[in-house]
Amino acid sequence: MKLEIRNVVCGYGFKTVVNDFSATVSSGEILCLLGPNGVGKTTLFKSVLGFLKLQGGAVLVDGLDVRNLSKKAFAQVLGYVPQAHVPPFPFTVRDVVVMGRSSYLGAFGTPGKHDIEVAESCLESLGVSFLANRVYTELSGGERQMVLIARALTQEPAFIMMDEPTSNLDFGNQVRVLRHISKLAQDGLGIIMTTHFPDHAFQCHCKVALMQRNDVFIFGSAEEVVTEKNLYDAYGIEVKVKDTHFEYFTIRSCMPIIEETDSSP
Amino acid sequence: MQQEIKPEDPLKLTSNKYGVTDNTVNKSESRDRYILLSLGILLIVTVLISLVIGRYGISLHQMLDIIQSWITGKENPNNHEAEVVISIIRVPRILLAILVGAALSASGAAYQGLFKNPMVSPDLLGVSAGAGVGASIALLLSFSYLGVQLMAFVFGLGAVFLVLGLSSAIGRGNGSLLIMVLAGTVISALFASFTSLAKYLADADAKLPELTFWLMGSFAKSGSYKNVLVLLIIMLITGLPLFLLRWKINVLSFGEEEAQAMGVNTKRLTIIIILCSTMLTASSVALCGMISWVGLIMPHIARLLVGPNYKSLLPTAMLGGSVFMLAVDNIARSLIAGEIPIGVLTSMIGAPIFIYLLFKGRRSWV
Repeated sequence: MKLEIRNVVCGYGFKTVVNDFSATVSSGEILCLLGPNGVGKTTLFKSVLGFLKLQGGAVLVDGLDVRNLSKKAFAQVLGYVPQAHVPPFPFTVRDVVVMGRSSYLGAFGTPGKHDIEVAESCLESLGVSFLANRVYTELSGGERQMVLIARALTQEPAFIMMDEPTSNLDFGNQVRVLRHISKLAQDGLGIIMTTHFPDHAFQCHCKVALMQRNDVFIFGSAEEVVTEKNLYDAYGIEVKVKDTHFEYFTIRSCMPIIEETDSSP
Repeated sequence: MQQEIKPEDPLKLTSNKYGVTDNTVNKSESRDRYILLSLGILLIVTVLISLVIGRYGISLHQMLDIIQSWITGKENPNNHEAEVVISIIRVPRILLAILVGAALSASGAAYQGLFKNPMVSPDLLGVSAGAGVGASIALLLSFSYLGVQLMAFVFGLGAVFLVLGLSSAIGRGNGSLLIMVLAGTVISALFASFTSLAKYLADADAKLPELTFWLMGSFAKSGSYKNVLVLLIIMLITGLPLFLLRWKINVLSFGEEEAQAMGVNTKRLTIIIILCSTMLTASSVALCGMISWVGLIMPHIARLLVGPNYKSLLPTAMLGGSVFMLAVDNIARSLIAGEIPIGVLTSMIGAPIFIYLLFKGRRSWV
């Protein structure tokens, strides 16, 4: 399947934040949204998910405008993994994950045996079934992130959108979450995620949409988009992009230059 | 070194409930059912006690005799007076207390989930104060029975929307827990002053005592079969949808955007829950006056018993609310020679319970 964000214009009320943004992601691909704070990543995110009305353009799934889909049908196409936050009530993890089944239930429905099984298999596929009986509000940030991913998976969507899935995580958990994201893509899920780390684009072999100020958007493979020049244009900092060769593979990474050098433009 | 034993808190309680064994789903469900059953038995026992106690002394034996005569249809002439007391005065009053307790608790629990805020209650959202003003005006102007109900509902709803509008205007869309509490306090105070004005304007001989006594909350005058029937119908119309939608309140408590992304029609659900909860509280206020605290503390107690999942939480809160209301009403009508207004009692009992809950639940609310 293919999710296409076509010439999208979005913002709040009459104010336009993002003008004419386009990108596509297919099943099995990861699209990484990069860009400085305030450039409109969150606004774009909310608009694609339908929380904000589009001011122009369209979001299409296999050519079909998602505005024609019911709320339930949309939830079964596109899942949402928000940034982990603490809800006001101490639900168990199983209760939280099974909520993702809402779109499969009738107006007065409550989750049945099958829904609980789906929830548990989603936890299992992420290797966190041991959390099922724990209290969600007592989990660590990394664990909560995994639970929210599991919840989105119970929607059985073709695509999921993740809002900074690695924020507030320690180094190890960041890598673990990224590893799971890569695996989900290999299993055929299409993923759109925002991140503050250009390195993630290389590590997960992502497509990248780099959002710069003044509505300049660069869309392409990580190798094409994440370059020293583009990063400088987007963030205003000097970065070296280097390949590191290991015995069997090569990893490209970004190294910001902290010390001021004379050569900086 | 000896380890200090920490006092149990609600989080611990809910996590104890979900042990580590495999069939915990069934276990927790059967545990919840067991708790509901116990509450049901407790309610029946409380009802039996309520039938016996009161100003007119009826022995347990006499009462069982009367119940037997109801079943068999044979009347014992010696029991005639007692039977009148029970069937005309006590039974409707007991039924009304049960319904009001359930209505206030259901409304409080639903509001708390909807607004993702365990500090919310019909009182805090201004519903009680608003409905109080509406009903006061209706009483002053000698409106019909239906008019009082309608005015209570309209003013109660108005108060909710004022609080919501105010808190979202101040919080610019993402009204925080604190802002909503403050807005609720302000609007409640405003409406309370309207009620004072209504009292001031009331005819001191005829209307004022009636108004004052009603505002403090009482089942003494409202305990009639007509009121029971009216509240029963209102509960069927507004309580039933709430009950059927209760699982979805879980999803809503994660916030509108997340619920929407999970395929829930949040706008429609929010409107249904606000209308139903407000009607439940407003009609209780219109019939029995301001009975505060019940809608705040019963959901908390239910959460301690069965955890936060509304599937079990709502019925537990409702049953618990019925037991609580009935027990408090028994105190109200038997503690002293006269009647103690029930609103006074629920505040005196509710405030310390809530302080206790605050200490216990500290961790889950910050």
